[in-house]
Amino acid sequence: MVRVMPEAAPAPVKFDLSKQSVRELNQFLHGDLKDVARVRVENPDGAHSIAVAVDAPVRIEIAGHAGYYAAGMNQQGTVVIEGNAGPGVAENMMSGRVEVAGFASGGAGASAHGGLLVIRGDAGLRCGISLKGGDIVVGGDVGSFSAFMAQAGRIVICGDAAEGLGDSIYEAVLYIRGDIRSLGADAVVQPMTADDIAAVTSLLAAAGIEAPAREFKRVGSARKLYHWNADADQEY
Amino acid sequence: MCGIVGLLVKNPALRGHLGEWMVPMLIGMTERGPDSSGMAVFTEPVGKKQRKLSLYCADPKFTWQRFKHAVTKQFDGVVLTVEVNHGVLTTASPPADVRRWIGTEHPSVHVLSVGRSIDLYKDVGLPVEVAERYHFGEFRGTHLVGHTRMATESAVTPENAHPYTAGEDWCLVHNGSLANPGSLKRKLEKLGEQFVSDCDTEGACRYIHWRLEEGDTLEQALHQSFEDLDGFFTFLMGTHDKLALVRDPFACKPAVVAETDDYVAIASEFRSLAHLPDIRNASVFEPKPAEVYSWSV
Repeated sequence: MVRVMPEAAPAPVKFDLSKQSVRELNQFLHGDLKDVARVRVENPDGAHSIAVAVDAPVRIEIAGHAGYYAAGMNQQGTVVIEGNAGPGVAENMMSGRVEVAGFASGGAGASAHGGLLVIRGDAGLRCGISLKGGDIVVGGDVGSFSAFMAQAGRIVICGDAAEGLGDSIYEAVLYIRGDIRSLGADAVVQPMTADDIAAVTSLLAAAGIEAPAREFKRVGSARKLYHWNADADQEY
Repeated sequence: MCGIVGLLVKNPALRGHLGEWMVPMLIGMTERGPDSSGMAVFTEPVGKKQRKLSLYCADPKFTWQRFKHAVTKQFDGVVLTVEVNHGVLTTASPPADVRRWIGTEHPSVHVLSVGRSIDLYKDVGLPVEVAERYHFGEFRGTHLVGHTRMATESAVTPENAHPYTAGEDWCLVHNGSLANPGSLKRKLEKLGEQFVSDCDTEGACRYIHWRLEEGDTLEQALHQSFEDLDGFFTFLMGTHDKLALVRDPFACKPAVVAETDDYVAIASEFRSLAHLPDIRNASVFEPKPAEVYSWSV
């Protein structure tokens, strides 16, 4: 009989941003990380651009609140923000995973091409704007103009959405459990299929958030803005 | 881009820390506003018949001693304290008379604020320089409204720095830009508001003050401002007993609030709040767009 010992979490490489600069941290993260599994960033105190452009399968824990653009352009990395995130968290993420324990400010996951962004609290305005293929799961509410012009990818919203949800949306798909204050131009509520329920179930499981997948509505594009209609009254 | 900071100390036993806690907040907003900064502090009010006027003169050769002599002779119960090129004048005479006299006799002196509680300092330079120049760290009082400016639409001058005031014990700071300051100015000038700068923010300050004078509550005035002010704004405002905060419906400009039993602190970004006592246990939130938040002393 083979006994499998539980794998202990590796000791982290520590950075203290009250003593070290964000540039030092990011230059380390852009170097050779083949022997580094875990990095812990202490005293982030709202600094900008923490752990941007990571391209390695490393786990980075930010022990507090992050400022603008945390974990932007992430590839492969797992970035866990233990507090709140400022504007533009995980913007342009390519792959990997970014988690925010608290709330995220405006533009969370903007233009993300891949990967999973999990926000356990609320997301501010323009969450997932111009999403290009990434997935976002929000435990709370999203602000106005979320998923504006989102092209591909999925957003799961466990709470409510403010004004203009999915305005001018392309082929991204939104799943929302709560109320929609208003839908944006060309965004429509669509029937949930078995595939949609499976998608929500799997995204919630990946995010570690419990919610009944059957209670979500699907919002997608009516595709009426795809072609110019000269006969329309131009009031969109 | 600009930075906004505000602090209201709820616990009277801690009000001696007002200035000391504020200075790192202001310096934390240096990258958002390195060209000028300003601070309005609301202190214990002077007597009901007295008023304080915060004054500024750009001329380094201005003889404040001679001004003090003249103003003391002209008006009742005058006390004048001078800090570099700013002065705080306390008097029992009607402030409108004092303002008129200063305008005629000493046109190089600008009246920055009038009221029973407000003292106001604003100048060009890095926040750390302005804070040191006027000893912001020593400020005592109940609440403060501060600003660091990165000019986008008017020149870098002390007049164009924030906070702006109108009437008595009222000030406003602004992060953002307004698209209709010209039409606001033309409208308000016809109604008797006198402008002192060419900064878009002054239009918002005088607009809200005008609504208050017309009988609106602060909440009503701010809701009306969503209709009448075209542009982007996060406004932080101070009255003798209140701080109020509002973001426009598009909320392009950030704001974060941290509140404990002892204080409420507001800044454009969390990095200006990180040093505050007990911040780890504070309730930290982002104000929603088009909602009016206010806190009383």
